[in-house]
Amino acid sequence: MKGNEVIAETAIRCGCDGYFGYPITPQSEVMETLMLRKPWEETGMVVLQAESELAAINMVYGGASCGKKVMTSSSSPGISLKQEGITYIAGAELPCLVVDVMRGGPGLGTIQPSQSDYFQATKGGGHGDYHLIVLAPASVQEMSDFVVLGFELAFKYRNPAMILADGVIGQMMEKVVLPDYTPRWTDEEIEKISGSWALTGKKKRERHVITSLELEAHRQEVFNEKLQRKYREIEANEVRYEALYCEDADYILVAYGSTARICQKSIQLAREAGIKVGLLRPITLYPFPYQPIAGLCSQVKGFMSVEMSAGQMVEDVRLAVDGKVKVDFYGRMGGVVPTPEEIVEALKTKFMI
Amino acid sequence: MLKKSSLLTDNIMHYCPGCTHGVVHKLIAEVIEELNIQDQAIGVSPVGCSVFAYNYIDIDWAEAAHGRAPAVATAISRLHPEKYVFTYQGDGDLASIGCAEIMHACNRGENIVVVFINNAIYGMTGGQMAPTTLLGQVTATTPYGRDAKLNGFPMKITELLAQLDGTCYVTRQSADTPGAVRKTKNAIRKAFQNTRLQKGLSFVEVVGTCNSGWKMSPVDANKWMHEHMFAKYPLGDIKDI
Repeated sequence: MKGNEVIAETAIRCGCDGYFGYPITPQSEVMETLMLRKPWEETGMVVLQAESELAAINMVYGGASCGKKVMTSSSSPGISLKQEGITYIAGAELPCLVVDVMRGGPGLGTIQPSQSDYFQATKGGGHGDYHLIVLAPASVQEMSDFVVLGFELAFKYRNPAMILADGVIGQMMEKVVLPDYTPRWTDEEIEKISGSWALTGKKKRERHVITSLELEAHRQEVFNEKLQRKYREIEANEVRYEALYCEDADYILVAYGSTARICQKSIQLAREAGIKVGLLRPITLYPFPYQPIAGLCSQVKGFMSVEMSAGQMVEDVRLAVDGKVKVDFYGRMGGVVPTPEEIVEALKTKFMI
Repeated sequence: MLKKSSLLTDNIMHYCPGCTHGVVHKLIAEVIEELNIQDQAIGVSPVGCSVFAYNYIDIDWAEAAHGRAPAVATAISRLHPEKYVFTYQGDGDLASIGCAEIMHACNRGENIVVVFINNAIYGMTGGQMAPTTLLGQVTATTPYGRDAKLNGFPMKITELLAQLDGTCYVTRQSADTPGAVRKTKNAIRKAFQNTRLQKGLSFVEVVGTCNSGWKMSPVDANKWMHEHMFAKYPLGDIKDI
């Protein structure tokens, strides 16, 4: 199946209550697949094509306010439009899943794959001090797995989660093992999971108000501190990464998403040429695997961040390495995908001459 | 016997004396109480003076981003088809920044109620021009009066929305006399009953005063509304199917 189709299929299977979207290349297959599957007849899941990305993300805000499992998907320019809603969702501490299948920018840019929205995804994106939990799939299988994981983490921390994919992963076809069907939550289950805050209709309890507004500065600061404590907890508990061939490596490539797949081939080519190269693939981009990278500094000569961007994640790699060894960067932009060979060449040029 | 609705909280309202919001809040609380749907009503408040509506009516609320209340209400209603979902929006929120959201919620025939307060000005931000500001009307951003050449024309958004097939009931009322208040209450009740009947979107505009923004006494503001607002925004049902 295609990566984008797998997002839709897994959403239905994992008991998602609602999808609200707006068409944009290269991820329109998500909504198209859902509309074709008609999950409202099967599980009762709501699927709605909104009039804009603004409306779609605010529908997610509304659905999430009810304690429902709701999601949206888009690509870079559309995600920019969704930032307003995303910061409100973070500010109101609502769980939801946002899928970003990145394409080249800035502006309308290209429709080809890119990773140039790393900053936007991992450092907040909208206004105010907040973070999304950001998962970066490197395979169609992970597109499926991270829908399930994304919802799980979103509800665990009452925080929006994002799947940050790129056009390659979205459009690529691979074999995939889909999860078994999980029924949508009943009203009783929602009461149990989110009963302390969700809008379920005021019965014999205090009224629930979903808002991100606080006019009093000191009270807002108390709330900001609470959010920050939550992020520290996420950073302590949820770092995920994959390390390949790092044990004996002299050089380590740091890459995520489809670039990490290309780097696996680069490692093979480099090792055939006698250069011991490993791969550190961040799976969570926020929280970023600072410690695992820092831990490798004593055994390697350098790190090279490989991205389809002008160099964004490399800043986090530098923070992790903290000047202990050399950190460099290789990237392509505008929707151009790097080849395994040029990555090996870049490594040689930057580290061995 | 006259009494305060049990759904109105004891919080002191932040509205200026003479403002229409307090009256309309009271009517919504009374209607929800009389229909006995407190446990099924979910309100969506806007950005503007009535952002804090959730402090005054004792039901579950979501506070929406500026103009986006119809989108928020759409999802709540779709995910809770049995609930009574309504938005409460001002003219800047609904007719300016939220123009797309209200148009499309109406066009989809979302099974919700929209209460629209039209006082022809932005209240909370300090009296700037709204889409419904009358020609010649002085505001903070039209200090020489609204000029059609410079600022465009007053927008009759309610008439526009009545054109859309998804709306079942579109009406314009006011809340300045006991008779008008009774009519507005009947309109709000009818709107909630339409939700029960799954008829689609019911839209209740209430032409109101913002005497602080208009820089008039409450009495003069009412007089000005009668003379100028009702001429541009005539009261009565526009659509009822």
